[in-house]
Amino acid sequence: MASIQLQSLAHRYPSAPDYALRSMQQTWSDGGAYALLGPSGCGKTTLLNIISGLLKPSEGRVLFDDIDVTDLTTEQRNIAQVFQFPVVYDTMTVAENLAFPLHNRGIAKNEIEKRVADVLQMLDLQDRANDRARSLTADDKQKISLGRGLVRTDVQAILFDEPLTVIDPHLKWQLRTELKKIHQRFQHTMIYVTHDQTEALTFADQVIVMYEGAVVQIGTPQQLFETPEHTFVGRFIGSPGMNVLSCEVDASDAIFAGKRFPLSKTVDASASRFELGIRPEHIKLSAGDGMPLTVTALEDVGRHVIVRGEIEGTELSTLVKDGDTIPQNPHVSFDSAHVNLYADDYRVASGKGG
Amino acid sequence: MSIQKVQNNKAWFMVLPVLILVAISAIIPLMTVVNYSVQDTFGGNEFFWVGTEWFQEVLASERFHNALLRTLVFSGLILAIEIPLGILIALAMPKRGWGVSVCLVLMALPLLIPWNVVGTIWQVFGRVDIGLLGHGLASLGIDYNYTQNNLDAWLTLILMDVWHWTSLVVLLCYSGLVSIPEVYYQAARIDGASRWAVFRFIQLPKIKRVLLIAVLLRFMDSFMIYTEPFVVTGGGPGNITSFLSIDLVQMAVGQFDLGPAAAMSLIYFLIILLICWVFYTVMTSYDNDEQSSGGGAQ
Repeated sequence: MASIQLQSLAHRYPSAPDYALRSMQQTWSDGGAYALLGPSGCGKTTLLNIISGLLKPSEGRVLFDDIDVTDLTTEQRNIAQVFQFPVVYDTMTVAENLAFPLHNRGIAKNEIEKRVADVLQMLDLQDRANDRARSLTADDKQKISLGRGLVRTDVQAILFDEPLTVIDPHLKWQLRTELKKIHQRFQHTMIYVTHDQTEALTFADQVIVMYEGAVVQIGTPQQLFETPEHTFVGRFIGSPGMNVLSCEVDASDAIFAGKRFPLSKTVDASASRFELGIRPEHIKLSAGDGMPLTVTALEDVGRHVIVRGEIEGTELSTLVKDGDTIPQNPHVSFDSAHVNLYADDYRVASGKGG
Repeated sequence: MSIQKVQNNKAWFMVLPVLILVAISAIIPLMTVVNYSVQDTFGGNEFFWVGTEWFQEVLASERFHNALLRTLVFSGLILAIEIPLGILIALAMPKRGWGVSVCLVLMALPLLIPWNVVGTIWQVFGRVDIGLLGHGLASLGIDYNYTQNNLDAWLTLILMDVWHWTSLVVLLCYSGLVSIPEVYYQAARIDGASRWAVFRFIQLPKIKRVLLIAVLLRFMDSFMIYTEPFVVTGGGPGNITSFLSIDLVQMAVGQFDLGPAAAMSLIYFLIILLICWVFYTVMTSYDNDEQSSGGGAQ
């Protein structure tokens, strides 16, 4: 187990016009459970492959416990990685598959047997131990892929690259819980790549949000929700995401639709673009109190109804509890303590409470 | 039959063209051979029924045994050399970049040359007086002469076949290898697998199906080989390279023994069918095991 440091790390694929990963400076602590969250193509997998050594970064260094491993091979780094699609060795049995990484490292036979039995139990595959791996379902195959990572107890870190994509929803939940348990038990440094926010938020202590090759925020699920540092984080986290509304700034006030929102501090007005961020959860819908809303659509998602509408041509969504009625002449008011101000996409101030 | 099913036999007309084609191209010629194999003639278009006599004669004849043995040894050697060599070359070929097309073109070249031309090339190539190979070996002081020395004749034929047909195995294996997703190799690196383990547990299982085709094609082709040895050695020196096909043609066309030749063709045909079936069964038995025991997945 190790802490992972990325020093001025950046990557550009040969002949690609732009960087796949923009220069980043990160330290991830030993034994932490991290989730790399971001849309497809934001560089998550590239970053993961650089950490595991499958890809050599074009710039910067990777350090495990302060030791530079940038030039080491995957084997030398002693990393476990689980891929998006199941990889099993067709000709081997389930047990042989799990024993394979240990076998390759010359670990004693009885030790191998013990650990394989352990992992078989963890993944609930005892009954299939002697079946050929290729006769299993996709779910079980992916369990084997996971198992080959978990069977190695001495790894520096375990990396997961969207490992639950092919898994059935009900099993997804179960496996995620299992992974969480395994993390608590062995305290491996775990990095979990996903584009599914639920997965990221339930798995990780710290969520690293990536956008267009850059890390835009690291924080606990709560921080990501309350104070998104970048408009992308606000939009990406939460369902529906944060409302990002074009606004103007006058000293320590943000002005949206003619209404002033006092800010925590005076903002330098030199940025080219100001936006107000407010989560749908923090918008109150009422009859005749606040800004008039033109409702354009309603989406019933079960527990609540998403109300989509417009204020002076700016789109906005809010929530009402299932069963609550939407007033005839709807107006909205923002909870000003939960307002955030963004200058050129980065958060510069929050709303003043009360 | 209590339930009356509506039957429309018009559909049979749809398969009629295929039936006619197959009849003309395969069934009728085969039946002609069957016809010859059970009759004898003293000329004048008069035929006598002889039953299985020709078959018994062929099966008992030493000439047939020897030719069969020679052919089996030849095919065995061809498979033993071309399959591993083909896999090795396919593994060594580049997977991307400009080298791919260069290699593919180079590999495809021998396959584009007609059989008799290949024979002629090697016939000249091996000649001690003017051939590059023959003369070269002679000038090195090596006593090489495929027209007189049994071993040299065999070596020349095997070398020629390897030169001509290994590419086929290479191309088939290569197609299998490039279809293996990159993630398998990545997983193997994560698991710390050796180069041999990668071959044994990833590449070989993944190319098994194309390899089966390669083995079947190379077996059938080498077992039926005719043109090249006919051109290069003509079955000689003596009878040492007289394979079944050469022997058969000699019997049918050279001696005009149509009865025994027909019987021999049928036996020849059945042997090929039998051996192919054995290959196929052995190489796919593993898959079938799984399907019956493990249940279908993916």
